[in-house]
Amino acid sequence: MIRVTLILTLALLAVLSLFVGVADLSPSALFYDRAALDLLWTSRGPRTVAVIITGGTLAVSGTIMQMIVRNRFVEPMTAGTGQGAALGILLVTVFMPSMPILMKMGIASAVALATSVIFLVIVNRLPPTQPMLVSLVGMIYGGILGACVLFFAYQADLLQYIDIWMNGEFSGVLQGRYELLWIAAAVGILSYLAADQFAIVGMGRTVSTNLGLNYTQVVIIGLLSIAIVTALTVVTVGMIPFVGLVVPNIVSRLSGDNLRATLPLTAVSGAALVLASDILGRVLRYPYEIPVGSVFGVLGAVVFLWLLYAPRRHV
Amino acid sequence: MIVISDVDYFIGPVKILDGVNLELPKGGISALIGPNGAGKSTLLSLIARLMPLQAGTITVDDLTVGACPNNTLARRLAILPQASDAAPLLTVRELVGFGRYPYHKGRPTPDDHAKVEDALEAFGLVPFADRRLDTLSGGQRQRAQVAMTYAQDTGYILLDEPLNNLDIAASRSLMRVLRELAAAHDRTIVIVLHDINYAAAYADLIVAMKGGKIVAKGTPDEIVTEDILKEVFDTDPKVHRIDGKVMIEV
Repeated sequence: MIRVTLILTLALLAVLSLFVGVADLSPSALFYDRAALDLLWTSRGPRTVAVIITGGTLAVSGTIMQMIVRNRFVEPMTAGTGQGAALGILLVTVFMPSMPILMKMGIASAVALATSVIFLVIVNRLPPTQPMLVSLVGMIYGGILGACVLFFAYQADLLQYIDIWMNGEFSGVLQGRYELLWIAAAVGILSYLAADQFAIVGMGRTVSTNLGLNYTQVVIIGLLSIAIVTALTVVTVGMIPFVGLVVPNIVSRLSGDNLRATLPLTAVSGAALVLASDILGRVLRYPYEIPVGSVFGVLGAVVFLWLLYAPRRHV
Repeated sequence: MIVISDVDYFIGPVKILDGVNLELPKGGISALIGPNGAGKSTLLSLIARLMPLQAGTITVDDLTVGACPNNTLARRLAILPQASDAAPLLTVRELVGFGRYPYHKGRPTPDDHAKVEDALEAFGLVPFADRRLDTLSGGQRQRAQVAMTYAQDTGYILLDEPLNNLDIAASRSLMRVLRELAAAHDRTIVIVLHDINYAAAYADLIVAMKGGKIVAKGTPDEIVTEDILKEVFDTDPKVHRIDGKVMIEV
């Protein structure tokens, strides 16, 4: 029931997204107006697809990270993975600007992976009785890395570039400039194959060993998937914080942590919420746009608070 | 049979286990007792390869712990660790279902589903099957954990202080289920217990540990005596024999 409603909502939002924007585009115009079709094909279509992929994969990455760290208050964009990706792409831009884009992506992902592993090592030394410490350390760690990025960018006179990576928004998405995101979509779908493994890792090392799971291997696969998705998102549309934090919490509160059943819900919810935020961002100050991250921050917080304070249903 | 040979274990400079040699027979319930810090949980964790062995060897039937593939051992031996952290956000059926992971690796077959239903039935969990663990009482949650271990369908089941936080009704019902598993289903149960009366009442074999060494091993009748309890626990409770059962005064 929830699934059907969610998918219908997402479909509805997707159609809406195609026809909302600065340039007028009405569904009927598609039948006779060549320019309308062009607009759909080169701008609105890619933008809608980019939002859906970003929202879905960021939400899934958030879930995987929360399982690996065993803490509900972390997400890749604030705990160092996003900043690592930005640092990686900055280094490539400064030192190897002529490298092919896929190689640049690879390096950004590698740096993001390295900063995530360091985060995990730091977190493993924290006392397990203090869950809030993990998210605090994550924010501090992300902040320090972010400061490094800013400093290097300032030194290299690349502050404008940095802005694109650090503040996510979708107005720049055009055909030919977002296709890397399809790789993120593929990685997101592939990581669903390991849903049971991530769920078991989320129950801890002891349970994993008892069930014959190679704990370290699953953690590495998870971090790799998070790093790739994050790096692709940061480079293509920029950092969008909060999605990986709010959406997994909403879904696990409503439907639990059996990831084989809930990861698709997480992906669709993430896509729908980010898409709704993007559409709102386009119309609230029409014809100007509000960055999707700001809108999502407000929207996600409202949904989450409502969930926290709504009477708890006992399943 | 579980054979433990010359096992030492250090945490930093502290010797937790000191040359442990022990054979635990196949079948029945074996209880490990001893004061806090005697090394019981450490020994159990080493058998279940939750921690790597530092010295000595442990074999479970023909499998050598640490050398045989993780997943092979997962089908032979299951451990229920000390209940510690918050319950995962899963329903009882989902949790028990994860017990089948060593067999299906994420793609459950109808046979796996049947085994899960069987476990729910065996532990009287059918009425709660679709409830989330965080909505259950401590006793029910513990029962669900044991049902997951049961669904793992292993010859050996290790339990680390499963009676912690359970009231007398839940404790007795859990021990009876374990008794039943050992008697009717041919499972071998190794259990760490703090309450010697439970060990005396339900175990076939009691192993007493102190300071990382095995102090005594035998039937409840042989082990639960005032002399041995004094030696192991440094306290002198009175031991009574009532209707052929041993009981200690607390």
